[in-house]
Amino acid sequence: FAGLADVSVAQDIPVEGEITVPVGSHSPDEDYSTLDEPVKDTIMRDLKAVGKKFVHVMYPRKSSALLRDWDLWGPLVLCVSLALMLQGGSADSKDDGGPQFAEVFVIIWFGAVVITLNSKLLGGTISFFQSLCVLGYCVMPLTVAMLVCRLVLLAGAGTVSFIIRLIVVGAMFAWSTLASTAFLADSQPPNRKALVVYPIFLFYFVISWMILTFTPQ
Amino acid sequence: TACLVMYLFAEFDDAANLLAANPDATTISIDEPAELPKNQHSRLQEPGREEDDELLGTDDSDKTELLAGQKKSAPFWTFEYYQTFFDVDTYQVLDRIKGSVFPVPGKNFVRLYIRSNPDLYGPFWICATLVFTIAVSGNLSNFFIHLGKPAYRYVPEFRKVSIAATTIYAYAWLIPLALWGFLMWRNSKVMNIVSYSFLEIVCVYGYSLFIYIPTAVLWIIPQQVVRWLLMVFSLCLSGSVLVMTFWPAVRDDNRRIAVATVATILLLHALLAVGCLAYFFDAPELDMPAPIIPAHNSTSKVLLEQH
Repeated sequence: FAGLADVSVAQDIPVEGEITVPVGSHSPDEDYSTLDEPVKDTIMRDLKAVGKKFVHVMYPRKSSALLRDWDLWGPLVLCVSLALMLQGGSADSKDDGGPQFAEVFVIIWFGAVVITLNSKLLGGTISFFQSLCVLGYCVMPLTVAMLVCRLVLLAGAGTVSFIIRLIVVGAMFAWSTLASTAFLADSQPPNRKALVVYPIFLFYFVISWMILTFTPQ
Repeated sequence: TACLVMYLFAEFDDAANLLAANPDATTISIDEPAELPKNQHSRLQEPGREEDDELLGTDDSDKTELLAGQKKSAPFWTFEYYQTFFDVDTYQVLDRIKGSVFPVPGKNFVRLYIRSNPDLYGPFWICATLVFTIAVSGNLSNFFIHLGKPAYRYVPEFRKVSIAATTIYAYAWLIPLALWGFLMWRNSKVMNIVSYSFLEIVCVYGYSLFIYIPTAVLWIIPQQVVRWLLMVFSLCLSGSVLVMTFWPAVRDDNRRIAVATVATILLLHALLAVGCLAYFFDAPELDMPAPIIPAHNSTSKVLLEQH
């Protein structure tokens, strides 16, 4: 390489270019990658999130945890269990009986979607799935009421049992409505709050009616 | 032409009155109607000028229909377009409901309350409430009527909810569609002053159904006379709202067609009420002596099997 002997880089020519090494390219993967963790950890994390939301519904305070990390597992479990428990009520002809599984499912999900659309159309700032999440989780008191009703009906179906069921369903209906209103009312414009709360009231009233009129075989 | 001149003078006069009464009205030009605040009733006309008032109302609603067209400028596939149909506050919805329950004679519901801001909130949720009210009240009333009978077992009759929903939503949305089409067709033949947009007609029909909600609750009372009295009363109230809305729209047409249109509107309204009462509410039993206790076991088995 005789010709290259006199080639030299001048001292005053700046070396240009980017030789940056991305900082932290390894550590995010190590910290947040959930691919390598045991399956038990993954499941427990989701279960804990769902459980925490149930607790929030039990003691409704204005917390943003329910809204921020929405998920639809809880509503699905509640809806399926409520629809299953509403089975078994019957009449002699199918036309006169209680709601079928598909009807309960459709009422709950379609009702929640319509209420969410209603609140968004009225100018609410909550997102679609957050509202579905809240409405679904707040069905929990009514699912508890259904459980209690079925247990009471095991003991008998007289007037006393009806009064007990009426009180329990009424109290849970009030709890559901108040819980969901506590979460959802803040995201509405102030002069339209009643317009948003009324459909929620109607929704839980219909579910309560289905629970109260359940008559076992 | 004399009528046309009278319109213009009347509008001019009315605008001057409005200006005197509301110095801070938003628009005071002759071309556009003065924009009154939505919850203010205009009580500036004397009784003798009621006809001008109606004609003015038609003029207003004609122009406000243009304004309505300007308001909804978002394309129909965006969410904002549909948000313009829900641009109502709580007090506005309550005012509209009040206007449908206490109709003021001579005042047009659309002109007085809707005023180029038709909303879909009222019609949709009033229909939903009515569906569930009728289903629940019907169920309760049947329960009380048949209570105490030996062979009666309570049934929730949940199928009736779907039937009620289909009926009421079809009535509240398809009849306005047909009526709107009919009015558009007549408008092309006869130069009508008044034309309502489809949403305004849906609004009137939706809000006029509100009176049936308390009526359905009161239909639990198991007396046939009471039920029919209630039905006639609520039919009068909501029918008058419809008549006062649509009479100015067909008045200028052929007399027979105008009367036939209004009569059809009222007939369909009555048909809905009577149909709901007949289907969802069992007839209360007349006061008959108690049925003879069957002597045979077979007879009682027959009774049980019938249910």
